[in-house]
Amino acid sequence: MTKVRVLVGTRKGAFILTSDEKRQKWEVSGPHFSGWEIFHINGSPVNPNRLYASQTSDWFGQVIQRSDDGGATWEAVNNDFTYVGDPGTHLFYDDSQKPWAFKRVWNLQPSLTDPELVYAGVEDAALFVSKDGGQSWQELPGLRDVKGHMWQPGAGGLCLHTILLDPANPQRLYVAISAAGAFRSEDGGLTWMPINKGLISDGELPDPGADVGHCVHSLAMHPSKPGVLFMQKHWDVMRSDDSGDMWHEVSGNLPSDFGFPIVVHAHEPETIYVVPIKSDSEHFPPDGKLRVYRSRSGGNEWEALTNGLPQKDCYVNVLRNALAVDTLKDCGIYLGTSGGQVYVSADSGDHWETIVHNLPPVLSVEVQVIK
Amino acid sequence: MIRVVLPYHLQRLANAGRVVELEVEPPVSQRSILDALEARYPMLRGTVRHRATGERQPFVRFFACNEDFSLTSPDAPLPDAVVQGKEEFMIVGAMAGG
Repeated sequence: MTKVRVLVGTRKGAFILTSDEKRQKWEVSGPHFSGWEIFHINGSPVNPNRLYASQTSDWFGQVIQRSDDGGATWEAVNNDFTYVGDPGTHLFYDDSQKPWAFKRVWNLQPSLTDPELVYAGVEDAALFVSKDGGQSWQELPGLRDVKGHMWQPGAGGLCLHTILLDPANPQRLYVAISAAGAFRSEDGGLTWMPINKGLISDGELPDPGADVGHCVHSLAMHPSKPGVLFMQKHWDVMRSDDSGDMWHEVSGNLPSDFGFPIVVHAHEPETIYVVPIKSDSEHFPPDGKLRVYRSRSGGNEWEALTNGLPQKDCYVNVLRNALAVDTLKDCGIYLGTSGGQVYVSADSGDHWETIVHNLPPVLSVEVQVIK
Repeated sequence: MIRVVLPYHLQRLANAGRVVELEVEPPVSQRSILDALEARYPMLRGTVRHRATGERQPFVRFFACNEDFSLTSPDAPLPDAVVQGKEEFMIVGAMAGG
């Protein structure tokens, strides 16, 4: 029987939500690692019972957990994220330079082909890789060579929060960093180039079109069209049709083009979803209405999806890793909020149901379909 | 035996009780206790002190004999009462936040 497993990271632990393919009745397991911030839990596409979790705490630092039974049991693996060489300094809010220092893991991205290989995006921004299931980590330092001294923390920190793996080209990787921008590697992560042409950060950067420094919030790609990328920037929803060489804005009729996550429908590469947020200092939906916006044209024309979502007095936020899709025939969309709700739509966003109402603030949502 | 008190979250991470007893070669210091603790419980590496620098995590404190040893040198000898196991060496999560 097909099973859907939703992996939820929150400020106070991890939760695993399971259902059958109807996605109507849910079982809730958790909290796992209660009291710890779980920035991200993610599963291997080739072995869905192999999960990785980033468990972190302002008190006790970083722990990486691994499960080989779909989250029933866990094992702490290696948490040594040491930068290669002297990482030097990066820009700080006050224009001073600050030493690079590891703080936490924001994103764990297992390989599309090897369950032992997993990438970790960390704060202060860098990309690490493990080839032994998390038993050891090595930095890919070529990324920081791309003007790392000019990167600066966004409000959430200098975090590498998004990792995309190209299914058609194992040597091609994309990452996004707040506030540095988007970057691409063509050689498996050894060397990198900024891919920020076309981004305009007026009022945020001295040079609004600078090659690094943009506050990119999230990237998305459909596996059938890996050269087409979508981006939710601090402000602006953007699209690239040439693997990030050039971007153009597709915010269109959105009520606000500020937001955090962006995802692509599992079966329609031109159908994308965002969650507009009022502004950079008002992290809640415009007009107190939680609306997911869908474009079926790859951007510019957007429709509000509201059926089943709160449309009055709603002032939650949806963070960058808290919107996800499943791969069932009727594509499911999953949304986690800072108010601790997790919503599901089993029909591509037309209707929404609440899976859980009162979790701790949700940091991340990932979905697995297990046949 | 040195008696080390773990904070709740590290007890759970290590699957250990509130107090763990450790054999520590003299001279007994913060560093030698933490070396022994991490050797027994490898999952605690990086949680009490930073992996790369060895520095105490900023929100972790070390108490013993009703004194705060957090800011003393990691190599300074600890009181005899701790060395003799009469007093506990407490690893504490700082009272930070509401």
